Amino acid sequence: MAKMTMVQAINLALTQEMEKDDSVVVLGEDVGVDGGVFRVTDGLIGKFGPERVIDTPLAESGIAGISIGMAVYGLKPVCEMQFSGFDYLAFHQLESHAARLRWRSQGRFRVPMVMRAPYGGGVRALEHHSESREAYWAHTPGLKMVIPSSPRNARALLVSAIRDPDPVVFYEPKAVYRAFREEVPEAEETIPIGRSQLVREGRDVTLISYGATMHPVLEAASLLKERDGVEAEVVDLLTVSPLDDSLFTQSVKKTGRAVLVHEAPRSFGPGAEIVARLVEKSFLYLEAPIARVTGFDVIIPLYQREREYMPGTERILRAARETLSF
Amino acid sequence: MPRKEIELPYRVEHLSILNENGEVDKSLEPDIPESLLVKLYRAMVLSRKFDERMLILQRQGRIGTFAPIKGQEAQVGAVALLEPGDWLVPSFREMPAEVWRGKKLENVLLLYAGYNEGGRTPDDLNNLPVSIPVGTQTLHAVGLAYGIKYRKGKNVAMAFFGDGATSEGDFHEALNFASVFQVPAVFICQNNHWAISLPRARQSHSKTLAQKALAYDMPGLQVDGNDVLAVYAAAKEAVDRARAGGGPSFIESVTYRLSMHTTADDPKKYRREEEVEQWVRRDPIIRFEKYLLGRGLLSEESVAGIADEVQAEIKEAEERWTRMTEKPADPMEMFDHAYEELPPYLLEQKEQLRRELDAKQTEAN
Repeated sequence: MAKMTMVQAINLALTQEMEKDDSVVVLGEDVGVDGGVFRVTDGLIGKFGPERVIDTPLAESGIAGISIGMAVYGLKPVCEMQFSGFDYLAFHQLESHAARLRWRSQGRFRVPMVMRAPYGGGVRALEHHSESREAYWAHTPGLKMVIPSSPRNARALLVSAIRDPDPVVFYEPKAVYRAFREEVPEAEETIPIGRSQLVREGRDVTLISYGATMHPVLEAASLLKERDGVEAEVVDLLTVSPLDDSLFTQSVKKTGRAVLVHEAPRSFGPGAEIVARLVEKSFLYLEAPIARVTGFDVIIPLYQREREYMPGTERILRAARETLSF
Repeated sequence: MPRKEIELPYRVEHLSILNENGEVDKSLEPDIPESLLVKLYRAMVLSRKFDERMLILQRQGRIGTFAPIKGQEAQVGAVALLEPGDWLVPSFREMPAEVWRGKKLENVLLLYAGYNEGGRTPDDLNNLPVSIPVGTQTLHAVGLAYGIKYRKGKNVAMAFFGDGATSEGDFHEALNFASVFQVPAVFICQNNHWAISLPRARQSHSKTLAQKALAYDMPGLQVDGNDVLAVYAAAKEAVDRARAGGGPSFIESVTYRLSMHTTADDPKKYRREEEVEQWVRRDPIIRFEKYLLGRGLLSEESVAGIADEVQAEIKEAEERWTRMTEKPADPMEMFDHAYEELPPYLLEQKEQLRRELDAKQTEAN
């Protein structure tokens, strides 16, 4: 097995799916000759040609809109939005059409497209380059919202997303893009969309997260064990919508305590839905109020202040300890 | 380093073949089989009568809000060029085009009576369902056309939209993408002069809408949109070019919406009756009828016969629709077609609705 960064792992998923199925096409701004600004699509144009790796004009609504037409036609477009901060221009096409065409046509047409976009903070970027707005998509019936946390699951989830018959928004945590390497098997690997994973077993408290914040969460879990002797169970959602609540509600029935962590603003964020499900399904098992460690409800600050905005290990530890000592 | 004029091989043409008296310019008259001419006429009459009937049904409260098409029936001249495998990408004022392309009248009624089932399009024809957000569907036509080109097909994607759509970003993105990719897309702008209450001049200061094609380096043509022969001839040029690999085209079809934007507005508030009267004199059906009478393809009797036939067809469709709506719509079906497979949380919500409906039923008994 090769050790890969998330960028390389996503590139592997695209390469292998394009080799398998000539209906898979990649399109977006600078995805061809340049290989994408993060090099995610590097080398694809050389392997598959400009008809399948399409450098598009600079227009996000256009990219999403033509992907819908391609998908209805029978292609499997994987379009890239250069940064999630610009994909709001594509929101209308996804909300009004991609998410609805199956329903509107009573099942006659489907839109098996994937919209990829790097999201999130932590890379000292410009304004509009650090937001975490997955709730917009997750709130849209008809769409699926997937966020990997590591190279290996990014590859496996992207393969599943490309094969999914419904439109999938696939957010890539750019803070993780090159943060570390992980073994990624050459042989095909998939993870079902809509299924979360238990990544660490424990009995004292359940930490729930996804995407970039999985890393401070795992670090906090190790520190809790090391310093406090606390066994934290950790759930990686992987898919934000459709939300798999079976694993984390079971876990909280066992631990009685939950801390959920995401970078997105707190109000109406994915965490609010998780708390609601926990209250609906695990209420009688709760030993303490559920804690949320999230971004604040402010515009994410420019990079001199972004560390304080983002849920780091210390904030997670503090929340977990408060929950444990309630 | 001079400042000079860049020579561009561009011009804007206007095409009109059939005048208000039913007379044609013989040199421009398209070669259309006689049977097709009569079929086009019949489709226009059917659309007019059906539209009028829908307005009555709406006023009776039997269907909800819809967008009348009165005056824009000559659009069938464009879809007449489409093969079954071609793609029709309509907005919400293309009922005549949809019906030409196999949409059942009862399904049109179902949709506007609030039944999702009405959105279903014929299985053997590539018609996209009605798109309501203005201009957005133009991009879908480009994606479809990209698929056709990628698979080396001979089909085309034909998108319809109104003059208001030319103000939307998606329209410009669609023309730009289509031109950059040189895909077989045909854009038909039904310039009906009014985008709800705003006149054409408040949508665009351009002298013509056709000239917008020039910026995207694709053939642009303005046609008399109340002249079905001109619409047919223009669409034929565009469709033939697209099939032959010649890329996209843009047609501005100058027509007029004789009725309201939707049944929810009253055009008397924003436009003068004299303007409407001028356009009533340019009615696309009357002039085509004169032409066909002149050519001996119609007679007073066959005109009356067609009128009776379409009325009967509408009546039968209405009866079928009434029978389809006798039972109340099953609320459980709101979960259908959201996803290919319902995720567990949606199955739970569906179950919840079922329990609530059962409880309601029990209380009622």
